[in-house]
Amino acid sequence: MNGAFLAIARKEFRDRVRSRWVWVVAIVFALFSLAIAFLGGAAQGAVGIRSVEAAIASLTSLAIFLVPLIALVLGYDAVVGERERGTLDLLLSLPIPKRAIVVGKFLGLGAALAAATGVGLGAAGIVLALRVGWSVWSIWAQFALGCILLGLDFLAIAIWLSTWARDRSRASGAAIAVWFALILVFDLILLAAMVGLGAHPAGRWLPWVMLLNPADLFRVWGLASIGNVQALRGVSELFPSVVAQQPFWLAVALLGWTVAPLALAIRRFRHDGKEL
Amino acid sequence: MATDSTNCDDVVVRAEHVVRRFGTKVAVADVSFTVNRQERFALIGHNGAGKSTLFRMMLSLLPPSAGTITLFGEPVTGRDDANQRAVRRMIGYLPEQVVLYDNLTAEETLRYFAELKGVVVDAHEIAERLDEVGLLRVAKQPVRGFSKGMRQRLGLAQALLGEPKLLFLDEPTSGLDPMGIRDFYQLVDRWQARGTTVVVSSHILAEIELRADRIAILAQGRLVSVGSVFELRQQAALPARLWVQARDASAVATLIASAERLGVTVDERTEMGVWFLWPSEKKERALAWLLEQREHWLDWAWRDATLEEVFFALALKEQTRQAEAEVA
Repeated sequence: MNGAFLAIARKEFRDRVRSRWVWVVAIVFALFSLAIAFLGGAAQGAVGIRSVEAAIASLTSLAIFLVPLIALVLGYDAVVGERERGTLDLLLSLPIPKRAIVVGKFLGLGAALAAATGVGLGAAGIVLALRVGWSVWSIWAQFALGCILLGLDFLAIAIWLSTWARDRSRASGAAIAVWFALILVFDLILLAAMVGLGAHPAGRWLPWVMLLNPADLFRVWGLASIGNVQALRGVSELFPSVVAQQPFWLAVALLGWTVAPLALAIRRFRHDGKEL
Repeated sequence: MATDSTNCDDVVVRAEHVVRRFGTKVAVADVSFTVNRQERFALIGHNGAGKSTLFRMMLSLLPPSAGTITLFGEPVTGRDDANQRAVRRMIGYLPEQVVLYDNLTAEETLRYFAELKGVVVDAHEIAERLDEVGLLRVAKQPVRGFSKGMRQRLGLAQALLGEPKLLFLDEPTSGLDPMGIRDFYQLVDRWQARGTTVVVSSHILAEIELRADRIAILAQGRLVSVGSVFELRQQAALPARLWVQARDASAVATLIASAERLGVTVDERTEMGVWFLWPSEKKERALAWLLEQREHWLDWAWRDATLEEVFFALALKEQTRQAEAEVA
């Protein structure tokens, strides 16, 4: 049974390596990271690396847009794509548990995403370390880990959507809607609620609402990784300090965003077709 | 409703009063049949007759709305449990229009499916399977460049991994040329001889007529009839066609007059011969008549009703029956 999980994961990973997806995404990450690190201060008339902390602060905002988008694009057709190609029936006729398909796909695609993120940010990290010293390596690694966790969260969401969608176009539409809702709209609604509630007691719960968005969790993770939680900006200032100051709990919350959609995807997939 | 009441201890597939609804639409209605060990059983029917739905239910991809299907005595529930997986281990499946994975080579495709089936295969066995389907020379090439026929053959090689006891072949020869079809069935023959039971669906009736032990005809989700080609012909009660090439033009009239006295009707008349519609159960009488008329003909040929004709006759009968039932 474990063989099936691993066989599916290996195939998915190999597919992404062969199609050069991993390398293209790694290069995108590396180039963006270096560009922001070098040109981040250009508005103030300074070109070149000022500090890794400043680079991470800028990169966090970029990663929030880029990483979820890449993860959603990677995973939206994981299940529905097999269905459209006609290979899903073949897989389901084999003596493997249904969850092996969902989990195997997640592991393989997740490994490809992690490899692309790790290689891209790792390469940029080496360049930065050579310029400003190896002491920044742990901060950079923590930031890269946050990017990977964020990617895995949105990959799990994409796979969940993929188990629901009837075809690939609907799945891609749903993925874009999720990206739009969690990356662009969520914070605006939160800000509006904050302003609207004012000193109302219900406002005390608003910080905890941020846990409902993996992008906000990552924003706090990114800024916390540079050791300056006070520098949290925008709605992130609301974030419960008990969580923000504990990387462990942030990681747990981010992992929760991977596990929950994946569990829902498995549940949906197991019952697929029965209600018809 | 037609039922198949074959009594055999070696029943591999048993469908009993199987119904499948999609909302208010009934895709499969009260279908019962059995498939015996080492038999080649064919499902035929027009598009939307319920073949694919029945196939998917037998494969445990879809649970029946009512009734039961058992494979090797184990009920097919559509659930995702160990019992169902144990049954699936004995099954090989070739879907209609198999696509497979473009990025994998033929060899990698078989390794991948072997791993998923939990079958341990070495390089020799992979090569053997590819050789069986004539793909050994392209073992290292990606499936991306394969023609439809090559994909179909690779799909069959995949289905044969793990020595399945039951093979489901859904429209298996679409995309194959006549040579490919012949090779395909020769390979299936070999596996059948080893003890594999084969369930095949196809719309190429001439192909099925020659190669199926028993045939189930589906129409509008109902099992119209099931049996060997011979039995189906009897059920359809269609006349055979007898071609008689006359010695000369005047002999044509003589032959027609003689045959009509026996109650035989003329289907088509030409200058040099005539097609008679001859009751198929009176084949011996036809032979006797031919001997009686020996001086009037040069040659003759007997043609039983084809499976296609039988299919249309029985499907039409079912359609009429349903229409009458609706009116009633």
